Amino acid sequence: MDGTPYSTGITPDIVKAHGLNTKEYQRAIDILGRAPNLVELGIFSVMWSEHCSYKSSKKWLRQLPTTAPWVIQGPGENAGVIDIGKGLAAVFKMESHNHPSYIEPYQGAATGVGGILRDVFTMGARPIANLNALRFGDPAHSKTRHLVAGVVAGIGGYGNCVGIPTVGGEVNFHKSYNGNCLVNAMTVGVAPIDRIFTAKATGVGNPIVYVGSKTGRDGIHGATMASAEFSEDSEAKRPTVQVGDPFTEKLLIEACMELMATDAIVAIQDMGAAGLTSSSFEMASKGGLGVVLDLDRVPCREDRMTPYEIMLSESQERMLMILKPERESVAKDIFHKWQLDFAIVGHLTDTGRMVLRFHNDVVADLPIDPLAEAAPEYDRPWVKTPALPKLAASSVPETDSVLALKKILGSPDMCSRRWIWEQYDHTVMADTVARPGGDAAIVRLHGSNRALAMTTDCTPRYVQADPRQGGCQAIAEAWRNLTAVGARPLAVTDNMNFGNPERPEIMGQFVGAIEGMREACLALDFPVISGNVSLYNETDGKAILPTPAIGAVGLIDDLAKITSLALSREDLSLILLGDTEGWLGCSLYLREVLSREDGAPPPVNLPTERKVGDFIRNLIQQGFAEACHDLSDGGLAIALAEMCLAGNIGAAITLPSDITPHAFLFGEDQGRYLIATALPEKAMEAAKKSGVSALILGKTGGSSLKLGSQGIISLTELRQVYESWLPAYMSV
Amino acid sequence: MPLRVAVIVFPGSNCDRDVAVALEQISGQAPLMVWHAESTLPKIDLIVLPGGFSYGDYLRCGAMAAHAPIMREVKARGEAGVPVLGICNGFQILCEVGLLPGALLRNAQLKFICRDVTLKVETGQSLYTNKYETGQIIRIPVAHADGNYFADTSTLNELEDENRIAFRYSTSDGKIDPSANPNGAARNIAGIFNKNKTILGLMPHPERACDPVHGGTDGRPFFEGLVQALAA
Repeated sequence: MDGTPYSTGITPDIVKAHGLNTKEYQRAIDILGRAPNLVELGIFSVMWSEHCSYKSSKKWLRQLPTTAPWVIQGPGENAGVIDIGKGLAAVFKMESHNHPSYIEPYQGAATGVGGILRDVFTMGARPIANLNALRFGDPAHSKTRHLVAGVVAGIGGYGNCVGIPTVGGEVNFHKSYNGNCLVNAMTVGVAPIDRIFTAKATGVGNPIVYVGSKTGRDGIHGATMASAEFSEDSEAKRPTVQVGDPFTEKLLIEACMELMATDAIVAIQDMGAAGLTSSSFEMASKGGLGVVLDLDRVPCREDRMTPYEIMLSESQERMLMILKPERESVAKDIFHKWQLDFAIVGHLTDTGRMVLRFHNDVVADLPIDPLAEAAPEYDRPWVKTPALPKLAASSVPETDSVLALKKILGSPDMCSRRWIWEQYDHTVMADTVARPGGDAAIVRLHGSNRALAMTTDCTPRYVQADPRQGGCQAIAEAWRNLTAVGARPLAVTDNMNFGNPERPEIMGQFVGAIEGMREACLALDFPVISGNVSLYNETDGKAILPTPAIGAVGLIDDLAKITSLALSREDLSLILLGDTEGWLGCSLYLREVLSREDGAPPPVNLPTERKVGDFIRNLIQQGFAEACHDLSDGGLAIALAEMCLAGNIGAAITLPSDITPHAFLFGEDQGRYLIATALPEKAMEAAKKSGVSALILGKTGGSSLKLGSQGIISLTELRQVYESWLPAYMSV
Repeated sequence: MPLRVAVIVFPGSNCDRDVAVALEQISGQAPLMVWHAESTLPKIDLIVLPGGFSYGDYLRCGAMAAHAPIMREVKARGEAGVPVLGICNGFQILCEVGLLPGALLRNAQLKFICRDVTLKVETGQSLYTNKYETGQIIRIPVAHADGNYFADTSTLNELEDENRIAFRYSTSDGKIDPSANPNGAARNIAGIFNKNKTILGLMPHPERACDPVHGGTDGRPFFEGLVQALAA
């Protein structure tokens, strides 16, 4: 023993099991002026966990641009808020539930949806859409099928029951996710702009009220689990996964909406990671106040729960509120109408301390601000990811273009996701305008002719190859996808999924990705308003591909001025907009056709990105584009095939002679769109005027896709290729 | 005389607003939203049991809603001839409460299914289907995990003999075959009437196909015909 003090019953091993290192434990002692007891140790453990404290990432997250004239609330609250005009605000955030989903996919994913929904309706917003960004391991890996089935069923099981449409998302498969799948769930909500609720507690003496489900023993130490690597014995962590009840969530949404329409609420916070501990801490900390909680009054599901268990439980569907004292009965009546628990569990004080009482004893007494402010912050060592050489198209072998198209379109990463999104109710609420499968989903603002467009994007293989370019590309692609449907991109939420930050090369990926994201956000006026960091996505020392998943929202002012990727009719001209060099490095052509994953990823030229995107948006506004699709994974050939399939109309294009067919058809140059128009002269003239590269490729029509002299394929065969992989894979 | 419609709201209903919006757009009258804990209804022209997950679908879809306080009144009114429309979960509740025969089982493929389906209107002669031609093919979304209609053979024969099948899942060219059946429903049944055709239960959601932004408006004649017939 080194003289470090320990309370009775606490050993160095117990401290270690709580994820605190020696320095952190010493800091806890310094703050308390004594050794923490078990309850206090548990509180330090969760509050200082990577998941709750962002201790490895904070320094870098601060570099992201978070402001714009339309940003009402940036990062730091339950969700970000932007002004969308006409007295309305959009509230959104994306959050990971990676670790629990790997251990118990159905409940892990379901509670991920529940948690992000609560983050949004806590702010006073009615959720109007869910999206999800999923990453799974190699399809050949023994766990992958089980994880896909469980995660998709869990997302559907929760979202369908609460009656919020799940309208979009993305899925990748890669062997780096074999030991750590990623489940990133996003919710978008809408609130009256003058009725946004926050977690800032005010009013000494005001009651602290607990509502929702009862507290059970599930999910204890979930936040700590999500802050460590996995190893072979991860299965043993199953008891740390929470169990969701979407029915209660639905009641909680309605009860909160009803209460929020009154003037009873001072502050409100959902109980997410670290449950009652972090919710009460955050509220008091934001208000600069103290709290007294009577743990005997917390509604418990099980007998003889200890203060430690009550404070650390991550039971779902619970909220903490500060009410105006004379309004308690209004709130109580509403929650009882919805058959939810309602209990006054404490009150606000001016002491700046959290005091927990149980059976007439004080079981914990901690200073709030020092604990929150002294949360460790690390400037972890990092190394820059070495740059990869640019791969010349001439060094990449040419193959049969039609076969390559089929190979890429039918690959796990590119094939139709219908098997997934048909399990999600994407039409409930009767405001879904653009369903899953397009560039961005569109959801109408209820009772109006306006809408929000939303998307999630990231190309992890680009981030792996060049974190800065990859981070930049993830933002740019989200912006592009919103643009392609005619929306004005407004803001993003980021879900940073990385490996172990204690390894300099992983930290280097994080730093690089942030740098690229920052550049893109600044160039595109696209601020980050909320986000989440998930580190330690590693198993036995093997990290996932760095995955900064981006969720983004844009505004549509007039639903008459939108477009989709579906070719709308025959005899339209196809025009390619943006610069094409034929970039095959890091492309799907390379990976799916040639089984190679080398080369630098395509760079994003931000000024050009902006110019082309703004041009496209204008074109759509003026009604010049009857169909529009951005070019991304797989390049031009894939984009065109997707447009043909979505509209069930064929196309024939000619290929330019100054570039090799494989580079033209499958190159993944950034900042490009393909449009179908009945007014090609006008579109070309406008492009010329705006300085945007434009090339007429051919016409729509027929029932097949003709790629110049490279070959032709019927839509029937193309559809079969596109639609078959996922259902076939999942039916085994 | 304005149209009086009651939409029953159970804990877990989630299509109550959608159907109320559709009815209000077409009739100009906002329906009365009635909480499940009520036990009486005013004079009413139509009762709607909306879609959703009443009571979380716990125990069995619709089973607990069938015992909600308001359902005693709904049952009495329905039996007395007041039109009752049950959509999706509402159809499940109508079967559980005995206003319609049969039951809705878990989808044959054991998964939730959300997509547009094509339906054949089996009869254009009812309160609900009078704006459609008999045999017309319409496209409407479904969204359910338990839409696999089941009844014994004699009940199915009786439904057919009495012309009480409202809609069947069909191919877009009108064929009633397994390829058009999204959930394994007996004889491709998507919706049925009671003996007087005053009560209809159906799995598809016509309220989600009422507005051009929905990508289809084949559900609109459903409500137009219903509103007109009730007003007549």
